[in-house]
Amino acid sequence: MDQSRKIRVLVAKPGLDGHDRGAKVIARALRDAGMEVIYTGLRQTPEMIAAAALQEDVDAVGVSILSGAHNTLCPRIVELLRERGMDDCLVIVGGIIPQEDIPRLKEQGVSAVFLPGTSTEEIVKFLRENVGQRA
Amino acid sequence: MPETKELNSPADASVERWERETLEPVIKKRPERRQRFETVSLDEVNRLYTPADVEAVDFERDTSFPGEFPYTRGIHPTGYRGKLWTMRQFAGFGTPEETNARFKYLLEHGQTGLSVAYDLPTLMGYDADSPLSEGEVGKCGVAVSSLADMEVLFDGIPLEEVTVSQTINAPASVLLAMYLVVAEKQGADFRKISGTLQNDILKEYIAQKEWIYPIRPAMKLVVDTFEFCTRHVPKYNPISVSGYHIREAGATALQELAFTLRDGVEYVQWGVDAGLDVDEFVPRISFFFNAHNDFFEEIAKYRAARRIWSRVMRERFNAKSERTLQLRFHTQTAGVSLTVQQPLNNIVRVAIQALAGVLGGTQSLHTDAYDEALALPTDRAALIALRTQQIIAEETGVANTVDPLGGSYFIEALTKKMEDGALDYFEKIDALGGMVEAIEKGFPQREIQESAYQYQKAVERGDQTIVGVNKYSMEEEQGAVPILVINEEVRDRQVERLERAKSQRDSGAVSNALEKLKRAAAAGDNTMPATIEAVRAYATLGEICDALRDVYGLYEEPAF
Repeated sequence: MDQSRKIRVLVAKPGLDGHDRGAKVIARALRDAGMEVIYTGLRQTPEMIAAAALQEDVDAVGVSILSGAHNTLCPRIVELLRERGMDDCLVIVGGIIPQEDIPRLKEQGVSAVFLPGTSTEEIVKFLRENVGQRA
Repeated sequence: MPETKELNSPADASVERWERETLEPVIKKRPERRQRFETVSLDEVNRLYTPADVEAVDFERDTSFPGEFPYTRGIHPTGYRGKLWTMRQFAGFGTPEETNARFKYLLEHGQTGLSVAYDLPTLMGYDADSPLSEGEVGKCGVAVSSLADMEVLFDGIPLEEVTVSQTINAPASVLLAMYLVVAEKQGADFRKISGTLQNDILKEYIAQKEWIYPIRPAMKLVVDTFEFCTRHVPKYNPISVSGYHIREAGATALQELAFTLRDGVEYVQWGVDAGLDVDEFVPRISFFFNAHNDFFEEIAKYRAARRIWSRVMRERFNAKSERTLQLRFHTQTAGVSLTVQQPLNNIVRVAIQALAGVLGGTQSLHTDAYDEALALPTDRAALIALRTQQIIAEETGVANTVDPLGGSYFIEALTKKMEDGALDYFEKIDALGGMVEAIEKGFPQREIQESAYQYQKAVERGDQTIVGVNKYSMEEEQGAVPILVINEEVRDRQVERLERAKSQRDSGAVSNALEKLKRAAAAGDNTMPATIEAVRAYATLGEICDALRDVYGLYEEPAF
């Protein structure tokens, strides 16, 4: 990856849930770490998220879900990104995700799942180490 | 005239002496653990509080007696010696049948009131069969799309006897209507029904963000419920002005206090502007606060809340009735403080937070279950949460005396600081034109976002400790705690009942009722009678909200 280009991340809130504290804290922390961050706002469908990811040409999509709808929404987002040819775009997920669901989400193409208590530094580090590594 | 502390008062002089003679030699030998000690709200705490810190607090004027103005020490002269707080566990998941069974389980084990959690489609005014509901039906609460669901939810629960709190906001008037129609079918008298509707739309725009309509028509719906309940359901609390979600979104204790009470002022102002009598409707306004980790800060917050409210009601609204001046509140322990790591530690956190709520004089309490950072609680986790309250109530002795911390230099000084800080926020919000305008300008939203970020930074620096997360962490066995799994078939079952209800109803009556509702909304009439009529005809939640969406439009959040 071209080192001069800033990492671009789309922070997305899919589903009906409005709890955006985490999404906004992450967005600001990534920005403070020198990344370009686009926040989608609330209640984005997987289609809207994939379209925004393509339009903004992001390296990663960070999805925040606290409502329990992750098993429906995450695989759909990954699938739509791949359909749009964004094979290298990472999908990372944060929120209230039961441990039992993590292996399946990873099989479905989610790169990492960050549970409550994760430091923003850990997420920054993960993105720095993994963006551009998939190809 | 504001009190100014005299320099070198006798109290100050004695503190100076202590510092010089006793403190300094010790600090020289052994420095303190940190430079600055602060609350979970990152507010500095002094080493010691003495009479010098409470010189501006006058006992008769500011602290006084429980049951007397300004109610700092509580609204009941007997505290919990007369009646304990109501143990009201928030519950709801899956289908109405499942939640009805959980309600009965909690009542059998000594819970004294019910509290309904609805799922996200219900909170947003969508039916279970809406495409937007996919993946969300029954997940965060119970799914209710029509009266048919509500009938099952309260089956075998006498609504004239059990008080029920409903956490519902944007479509609150519709759920209130459903509740009343179920009660009516049980043969209950509206005048005897008590309970609480959250119905606090302002904090949705500020913090929780489950809105439907633009702010002003949404406020009109709230006022409609005030007016309707004052006339027809006089023992019902049509609103629970909530700081809980404001705090969960990242606010400090002070911001929670200030924004919540200022929201309360806004509702009162809208009610007064609609021609309601303050002493008739305000006594039924209730409040809802968070109980976070910082024990004394929380207790001071509750005490300050009562004092501020009574003064504001008297000074700003010329309230006369005692009931108008008395702030009553529900407390819930801080969901945001629960950790995924070492989840059993949460039992301890919840116990201490709950104790703060009790020492602060709460009227009712929800204790979170230890597994709630993972999923909705299991039966077992919910039972321990309830037992925690019973232990506090019946084993610790804290309910034996009224406001046991009253008179503590620290608590009284902190209560005063909370009051002053909240009034500063009131001034800022008034200068912006009121709370609706402040929200439109993004003021409380930005304040909260900033606090949330600063807290996260403090945790990452290690200035704020979270046991098991940034200190004392360890490798843990995965899946050690069993969690509640919501069956994916819930949606199918809910859609089935919805279709059945639709096929059995008189569709002409439904469309007439919905037209009538639209006309009432467009004309600015009270929407409650038409909403009740639509509910009786089995119009669905989604249909009723769509009718209002047609008239009012949708809220779009500006970028802040």
